[in-house]
Amino acid sequence: MPHTVNCQIDHLSVNIQPGATILEAARSIHIQIPTLCYHSDLCVAGNCRLCMVEQVGADRLLPACATPVTEGMEILTNSQKVRHARKVMLELLMSEHRSDCTHCYKNGRCELQNLASEYLVQDGRFIDLVPFKNYTIDDLSPSIIKDDAKCIRCQRCVRTCAEIQAVSALAVAHKGAEMKISTFFDLPMAEVVCTNCGQCVTHCPTGALVEKNYIDAVWQAMDDDARHVVVQTAPAVRIALGEALGLEPGQIVTGKMVAALRRLGFDSVLDTDFSADLTIIEEGHELLQRLREVIRDKNPQVKLPMTTSCSPGWIKFLEHLYPDLLPHLSTAKSPQQMFGALAKTYYARRIGMDAKNMVSVSVMPCTAKKFEAARPEMCASGFRDVDYVLTTRELAMMIRQAGIDFLSLPDDEFDSIMGQSSGAGVIFGATGGVMEAALRTVYEVVTGREVPFDGLNIVPVRGLEQVKEAALTISSPLPEWGFLDGVTLKTCVVHGLAGAREVMKKVADGSCDYHFIEIMACPGGCLGGGGQPMPVSDHVREMRARAIYRDDAGKAIRKSHENPDVVKLYEDFLKEPLGHLSHQLLHTHYVARKRY
Amino acid sequence: MAPRHLMRLDLIFKDEHDVAPLVRQTLARGRDDIVNELIASGLKGRGGAGFPTGLKWKLTADAPGDEKYVICNADEGEPGTFKDREILMRVPEKVLAGMAVCAKVIGARQGFIYLRGEYRFLRAQLQQVIDGFHAVLDEAGLPFRIEIFMGSGAYICGEESALFESMEGQRGEPRNKPPYPTQCGFRNAPTVINNVETLAHTYSIFKYGAEKFRDLGVQDSRGSKVFSVSGDTPVPGIYELEFGMTLQRFVEDFGDGDTKAVQVGGASGFCVPRKRFERTIIGYQGKLTGTSLPTGGSMMLFNSSRSMYNVLHNYLEFFVEESCGQCTPCRVGTQQLLRGIEGVKRGELSSATLDALLDLAETMRLTAKCGLGQSVANSFASIVENFREEMIY
Repeated sequence: MPHTVNCQIDHLSVNIQPGATILEAARSIHIQIPTLCYHSDLCVAGNCRLCMVEQVGADRLLPACATPVTEGMEILTNSQKVRHARKVMLELLMSEHRSDCTHCYKNGRCELQNLASEYLVQDGRFIDLVPFKNYTIDDLSPSIIKDDAKCIRCQRCVRTCAEIQAVSALAVAHKGAEMKISTFFDLPMAEVVCTNCGQCVTHCPTGALVEKNYIDAVWQAMDDDARHVVVQTAPAVRIALGEALGLEPGQIVTGKMVAALRRLGFDSVLDTDFSADLTIIEEGHELLQRLREVIRDKNPQVKLPMTTSCSPGWIKFLEHLYPDLLPHLSTAKSPQQMFGALAKTYYARRIGMDAKNMVSVSVMPCTAKKFEAARPEMCASGFRDVDYVLTTRELAMMIRQAGIDFLSLPDDEFDSIMGQSSGAGVIFGATGGVMEAALRTVYEVVTGREVPFDGLNIVPVRGLEQVKEAALTISSPLPEWGFLDGVTLKTCVVHGLAGAREVMKKVADGSCDYHFIEIMACPGGCLGGGGQPMPVSDHVREMRARAIYRDDAGKAIRKSHENPDVVKLYEDFLKEPLGHLSHQLLHTHYVARKRY
Repeated sequence: MAPRHLMRLDLIFKDEHDVAPLVRQTLARGRDDIVNELIASGLKGRGGAGFPTGLKWKLTADAPGDEKYVICNADEGEPGTFKDREILMRVPEKVLAGMAVCAKVIGARQGFIYLRGEYRFLRAQLQQVIDGFHAVLDEAGLPFRIEIFMGSGAYICGEESALFESMEGQRGEPRNKPPYPTQCGFRNAPTVINNVETLAHTYSIFKYGAEKFRDLGVQDSRGSKVFSVSGDTPVPGIYELEFGMTLQRFVEDFGDGDTKAVQVGGASGFCVPRKRFERTIIGYQGKLTGTSLPTGGSMMLFNSSRSMYNVLHNYLEFFVEESCGQCTPCRVGTQQLLRGIEGVKRGELSSATLDALLDLAETMRLTAKCGLGQSVANSFASIVENFREEMIY
């Protein structure tokens, strides 16, 4: 087989590796071919037929995304035949699509709309098929709205749910004109195996799948002078928010974000990174307690490996698909919910505010957090701990609505008490971050020494491979942890639920001997979450990850247990990790759910 | 009505009592020998697309891979086609023999008959024949087994790659091509997938030789073909005829004296009006003079009492329902064609709409993912072009 294949695209020579598609070859020489069903995260479907190109001498057109380049091929991407076909494809899609663009949530950010405008698609050539359809909107989920009238059947969501998440809550049902994206027995998304991860939303080219937005509710809360509105922002928001406001991926905009939040009218601007550090203390001690009970006390009731519990999509996945394994899940709440529980107790008391007048808002890279905040267990403060969850995208929208020139904002700082964080809290936003943060603390608690990695950077748990493993041998621990002497802590880091499923299969059949597993529902961890700006790709996720590790490296404090706000919280309020108050406020339980 | 013009044949349904010895004898021949004979015979696929059978076997034999499959496509779903059912009822051993020889040629250990959901009544009888045939294979020392796989009634699953998806437990949707089944078919292994009739013809070729087969038919359309004749005919049924006849002669034999159009090749085929009967030759598209039409074997005759609008409407309703729905031109295009002719008929859309729809039909042909979507345009364009006034008034 030759090392490269030569072909001509629009009379330009291309030299590319065998197996490359026409689309890849064209992009390699900066020729753009429009696509809709194609997404770099997903397998090729070839069903929208928008990327059709002409092969000189051939009668039928070829789908550029699905056709490998062959030697000597001559391709035209802008012939009359191609232009006509492209336009017809767009017009056909529009004829089946409820084109109420001006009042669509995706208006201005819709791939179909952008292409329709680029190709001057005009109404009228085809019959509007929408009146013949029985389209429905499913808005019963707290996280995701599914509007079939906006769907173009590209199946990006179906492939996302199957390939990236191995959940398949969304699938194709029926055929012909009736063909639609559906759920098990066409039940509402809220009643099926959907984990609310929102990856379908970030991969949907139109307004068919969008987050349920709480923008107006949050404005309303801020407009009410009797209310004190507290906002927390997750680690992965600050490294992605800029993308939705005109910056290239990978910019850290923490200071501007804080300034914008204050300008929007939030009364206290606080940081989920703080509660990420707190999570490490609680979860880290839970891990140590489990290790003690399993290794020293040989207690068969206690389960290892312990898995992280920060990702609500992952939790719901386990509740649906592996309910027997729920005892493996750490009981520690996610940083969002720890924060929420403390905001209406500890923080309210400190600022002399009655919790009933407090509104707690979080800004998350995540749609599943909307569901998590609405879980009935999440009322430890006596109120709903987190009232509204906004995604990064919603925050960007609010900033634009408020007329704030984001890029010219001066940097500002979080409010005190629950606003400080360590580098360990920062890296929660990347896959492997919780593991790295936990190891930095746990190793030091056990040995009194820093983790034996250069600059505290536990590189083996970083990066975008789906499953990463790392082992750390403990030697000469402090006397209290003598039973861990010589024990090699085996850890595993997974992102994307397809990977989680593989690892949990091993946990179920006992074919792995991990002690601790970090699982994040979304590819890349929270930085690639379902509430993050679009478009998303490996490149974008890589840029965001770099920003996160840059942020960590620049922090004076790199370890959760050294976060002064966290230290103070234990001194003044919680007293000790896993103590009585912690159990009341910071830990939770899970429920088994049905498999579909 | 007695035959007058057409060359009637009795190869496929001819009672043969030597299947076992012929299978043994053929299996003893070299692979190249078998493939070369098949190539020399000029046999082309009888499902409608007309790919050379010998070449298909050769490509699959040459494809790398330890796991290979032979699949008999018995998902006879094209409206107006019912010949495979007859073959499977009357001479199933010939089909099995074809599969076994193919298995030997390509090195397959497993074969399947993908049986149309509506043909469930054939299953028990066919299974019995397969059981008996397995004993013949054991005797001949060929480690090959044939299983029946029941379809569930979707038209699209007759498309070979959708058929593989269906067998793999997936939704029946056509795949992107390339890769072709000869390289990457069922379970991503090299696969020969042949129509029932094609396999039955291989039996005749192995028995009587390529030469005899080539003697039948014309130019690149060789051998005989089993036709399903229906519609306005006094003699509906299954007929084996030589390739290369004109539609005029066909209509003289089978028509009721008032035939105004013949739909050749089912709903996805072409409609030929009376004025073109003389010039239209039934065979594969190639170097034949005049218009030559390929066919899976469906011949539907319509007399002057029939509304061609109703005929087309019926076909389009069928496609709107039976498109798998994945690709834009087929899913949406079929709906537009159907709603379009309805609008024109009701007078809500101008007759110029038909020209826009013809343009759409051509775009569907150029862009659809599989044979179904590409061929919707055939019946639409040939009916609208020839019977435009019936669409409007």
